[in-house]
Amino acid sequence: MKKVKKGASAAYLALIFLFLYAPILVLIVLSFNNSMSRTVWGGFTLNWYHNLPSNDTIMDALWTTLRITLSSSIFATILGTTAAIGINRMKKHHAAIMLGATNIPLLNADIVTGISLMLLFTRFTSLGEFSVVLAHIAFSVPYVIFNVLPRLQSMSDACIEAAMDLGATPIYTFYKIVLPEIFPGVLSGFLMAFTMSLDDFTITYFTKGAGVNTLSTMLYTELRKGIQPELYALSTLLFLLAFLMLIATNFKGLNKKEAQRV
Amino acid sequence: MKKKIITTISMFCLTLTSCFSFTACGNDAASSDTLVVLNYGKYIEADVLKRFQEETGITVKYEEYESVEDMYAKYKAGSINYDVICTSDYMIETLRQEGELIPIDYNSLEYYKNIDPAIIEASESFDPSHKYTVPYFYGTVGILYNTKMVDEETVSSWESLWDPAYKNQIVMINSQRDAFMVPLKMLGYDINTTKKAELDEAFDMLCDEKQYVYAYLMDETYECMVSEDAAMAVCYSGEAAMGMEYNDNLAYTVPKEGGNLWIDSWFVPRTCKHYDAAMKWIDFMCEEEAATANFEYVWYATPNLTVADNEDEETLADETVFPTKETLARCDIYKAYDNETLDYTTTLWKKLKAY
Amino acid sequence: MFNRLRTSFLAMPYAIWILICTILPLFYILGYAITNGNGSLTISNLTAIVDPVHLKSLGLSIQIALITTIICFILAYPVALILHNLKISNKGFIVFLFILPMWMNFMLRILAWQNILSNNGILNSILSAIGLPTIHILYTKFAVILGMVYDFLPYMILPIYNSLSKINDDVIEAAADLGSNWINTFIKITLPLSKDGIISGVIMVFVPALSSFVVSNLLGGGKVLLIGNVIEQEFTLARNWNLGSGLSIILMLFVLASMGIMNKLDDSENGGMLL
Repeated sequence: MKKVKKGASAAYLALIFLFLYAPILVLIVLSFNNSMSRTVWGGFTLNWYHNLPSNDTIMDALWTTLRITLSSSIFATILGTTAAIGINRMKKHHAAIMLGATNIPLLNADIVTGISLMLLFTRFTSLGEFSVVLAHIAFSVPYVIFNVLPRLQSMSDACIEAAMDLGATPIYTFYKIVLPEIFPGVLSGFLMAFTMSLDDFTITYFTKGAGVNTLSTMLYTELRKGIQPELYALSTLLFLLAFLMLIATNFKGLNKKEAQRV
Repeated sequence: MKKKIITTISMFCLTLTSCFSFTACGNDAASSDTLVVLNYGKYIEADVLKRFQEETGITVKYEEYESVEDMYAKYKAGSINYDVICTSDYMIETLRQEGELIPIDYNSLEYYKNIDPAIIEASESFDPSHKYTVPYFYGTVGILYNTKMVDEETVSSWESLWDPAYKNQIVMINSQRDAFMVPLKMLGYDINTTKKAELDEAFDMLCDEKQYVYAYLMDETYECMVSEDAAMAVCYSGEAAMGMEYNDNLAYTVPKEGGNLWIDSWFVPRTCKHYDAAMKWIDFMCEEEAATANFEYVWYATPNLTVADNEDEETLADETVFPTKETLARCDIYKAYDNETLDYTTTLWKKLKAY
Repeated sequence: MFNRLRTSFLAMPYAIWILICTILPLFYILGYAITNGNGSLTISNLTAIVDPVHLKSLGLSIQIALITTIICFILAYPVALILHNLKISNKGFIVFLFILPMWMNFMLRILAWQNILSNNGILNSILSAIGLPTIHILYTKFAVILGMVYDFLPYMILPIYNSLSKINDDVIEAAADLGSNWINTFIKITLPLSKDGIISGVIMVFVPALSSFVVSNLLGGGKVLLIGNVIEQEFTLARNWNLGSGLSIILMLFVLASMGIMNKLDDSENGGMLL
């Protein structure tokens, strides 16, 4: 009986993973497709991988994307973490107001957020790469806050008070006590901010300045005449990179645990 | 106390951002050797863009858009000062009526003589005294069909799109103006009609057609036809030419009732900050080498007469790319709608989609 | 007390940030919503929601968002349970496998679904190869629902999994020791204790599904008009920002109302939080 249950669970998980990864498999296959068309199989080729580094428009878009995504997610993590610490210490109804406002970017349709930010930026500054970074921070901070806050709430004040009583400065206390405790939340908040920023199209489209292109906005104009297959190659590489990083950190984690056991 | 601090800090931040905006604007205006170009997506050969920058020393900020409406939204938002824009006939007319265009200094264009006088004449329908535009590409709207599934006789009329035999095999064009053009032509009305009764009639026909439509598409049309998911599709001639490259069973025709001739042209908007550079850009687009490279990449009909010297017989005889005189004779150019008609057709279009 | 005040000031930069980048833009939208093209005040952009076309698309949006949420829940709960019960040291890895697909561009993934679902697509090729009748699914409502389930499933799995991992296993063992069978234990103990996660998950799926427009654009073939599409088209195609803003304010009210209902069900301390 137990074996059957275990088999059924594994089969179910496998099906769900198949569902989530089917389109990714399709895209990986397309990156080896020797045809400019998405629907015709023209034989196996490595051309797109070979051409990728010399394709200026794609490489430009890649670097722009990385610059925007990294800077916005790092800044959002810092802003969000300090905000979460502050909110955690606020009076209850103040905290509720802050959290309510924090929810707004998550609740709004992307297009509304995008256009309203565009109106703001054109009023007070000009559109460019910087405005996209600001917009990305705006919609990714909430993810950081909602990842960090639960960690803070489950932390007891006793530790902090003890440290302070023993003469630790607030900054020292933060680094030695608070940060290690909330770090998993900070990390997952950062990763979510990073992922959301990487994947965003609508908000970027409305807040970007002339000549600024991220991979998403480039893709949108590509639709008109068929997508450059180099983009499939690039996506495959990015995906594999993320996958390998995941496995690497995973094994590092495993080793640590083994070491602890010994 | 607390409130006071908040207001002080927020005031400080606002001043900071406004300072920033000053410096940003200042930088933008100071650099005279840049050019902000707005064009349809994938409407230029990458090397042409590169060569222009190398030869003139002008840095191009190149922006792309997907549909005419996107372009209008981006332009009207006023967030970016575009120097030179390429878009379609009726949108140019709208912008002209709104007073957004600056006349072009044709005397400074060395290669303007390369442009086909017939197309310049045709573009007078949206630029009456021909002061504002330089044609870039032109083409038609017609039916792309799969010869294995549909015979030529059937698609010689737009009526084939209402044939129950092709239920779920018909791809309709996902653009308000072009979709309404089809029943208007069938009914024998002017495609630029502003009579509500005529538009209503066309609307009823489109609603009736919806039951047979596989999808309303624009960009994915050719992929859909190449994979033979659909039997026929209403689309632009360039899309058709592209689809035919991948699948030999595809063919393109403009039905006997007639269709739409569109002309995409360059113009200089009021926001232009670098007029001389914009003239250089437009001139460069008219030059033989650039025009040929663009044509071989974009695959729409070019109004540039010098391109013909570089192409073989077969390409020039391709009626999908270069519409014949007879085809052009039964095609009309869109005129800009007045605001009331625009609102009315937009509402009808929305109703059709929700139908 | 002094300490508490000082620490809470850490939220000040963020409070200013919210004022400038969240509240201020909202006022811009509100400004558009309550004026017309000539700049005079009007409420017609807000009342426009009762227009039959808008009502129909709002209804369709709610219907599709509800179905998506229910399917996501039915699919996600077993996944979260199985993950929770897995006897491996390193569950974080498996959990991250659910976020990983997002590293491939969203629009590319949805385009890949077109390849899978189209008339001559991968799915139909497989079906006809094993002798089953082919199905027409691309560019229908079902394709849109499928796309949304695909897109939002991880948002349902993760919060449920998180809430399950907070349940003390002793409680479940105690129940089993006292003779409760697993179905009974599940209904009486596991399900109620994971309520927080379920509510977060439901909100995280329902809200974006309600306002989404890209999925219906790409998989609906222009035949499925959701309220998100209407708003998008008012901003782009119809060039009527006032109406677009008005409708988005209405949509926001709907979202807030549905969140309010969900939060009523959630009596815990963390009411109003999404994750």
